[in-house]
Amino acid sequence: MSIEDKVKKIIADQLEVDGDKLKGETTFEDIDADSLDIVELVMALEEEFDLEISDQEIENIKSVGDVIEYIGSKT
Amino acid sequence: MQKLNRSIITGTGAAIPDRVITNEDLEKLVDTSNEWIVSRTGIRERRMLEEGFSNADLSEKAAREALSRAEVSASELDLILVATVTPDHHTPSTSCILQARLEAFKAGAMDISAGCTGFVYALSVAQQFINSGIYTKILVVGVEILTRFTDWEDRSTCVLFGDGAGAVVVEATEDENRGIINFSLKSDGRGAKLLYVPAGGSAMPASEETVNNRMHYLIMNGNEIFKFAVKAVEDTLYDLVRRENKKPEDLDMIILHQANLRIINHIRKHLKLPQEKFPVNIDRLGNTSSATIPIAMHEEILAGRLKEGDLVAMIAFGAGLTWGGVLMRW
Repeated sequence: MSIEDKVKKIIADQLEVDGDKLKGETTFEDIDADSLDIVELVMALEEEFDLEISDQEIENIKSVGDVIEYIGSKT
Repeated sequence: MQKLNRSIITGTGAAIPDRVITNEDLEKLVDTSNEWIVSRTGIRERRMLEEGFSNADLSEKAAREALSRAEVSASELDLILVATVTPDHHTPSTSCILQARLEAFKAGAMDISAGCTGFVYALSVAQQFINSGIYTKILVVGVEILTRFTDWEDRSTCVLFGDGAGAVVVEATEDENRGIINFSLKSDGRGAKLLYVPAGGSAMPASEETVNNRMHYLIMNGNEIFKFAVKAVEDTLYDLVRRENKKPEDLDMIILHQANLRIINHIRKHLKLPQEKFPVNIDRLGNTSSATIPIAMHEEILAGRLKEGDLVAMIAFGAGLTWGGVLMRW
């Protein structure tokens, strides 16, 4: 599975949304994710990809594409 | 080797103020909504102690019920431990005020300050005094009047907290099949400022400026606490069960500190354990800090869900940072 697919699957599982509807430009606001959803998502990503995402980095993550790009740059 | 006494909880009690503060009430105070509060925290209402009453009043009520259910007279108590971060006074301790009210004149008394982990810390201290054979009857109270330290202009924290007290009587037993099995106490003071009250202590005594700048209220970084809490609970849970060669699924009940329903649900899903093993009172009481676990314990006993022989873990986390847990066979 590509990083893109993995990330989309984690987002879909964590936020309970349809993974097929997630596009790069989909923002977390679009899918009604609140700040705690983002924290839970970050924890799931940290576990899956074995990395640590700092508070500042979290603030820059606004869309599905941001996550894919971020994880891609770290792995 | 000298035989060690086991500690069992022989009576529980709780005291909840009558005054209910609903989310709709808060909508009138700050820019918030019932929907926002419920979806972020799981809290629907919380209780607020009426003016003119204090921490010791709630403690006394919970303590009297626990003593009565344990059929222990206050005069028999060896020690009184009150876990709280919202005592009546900086000094004397609330436990001393309680000791006088109960006329427990044989007992020593001290408060234990470990944030929301206070009750777990106090129960562990009680267990050690009994384990060593020094004492046989100890009263442990977890109590908090957080609404008096909550900034009612801060919508991120004022929706979270409530007042309440829970108490347990801990006694020595020679029954090796029951009682407290082990405990885990941890801290990390590097996170001190994630959840704290800036002023009012010796670091920053009360002044006109501290009052005007609202520095006597709780300040919290919720997202960081969330991450810390999830990890702290899971680490503690595995620590408690692995030492007994058991697994999380062997537990009959996991009484988690009630800080946020989202934290409880996250942990439950991550551990893949059924909902009924996780008691909840945050929906009705908010976060009552040191009181959440003893109140939950009391409620579960009254409801008949917590039964003799059950393997129970109680796990808390909070300001300090502190975290920890107690594993016991009920």
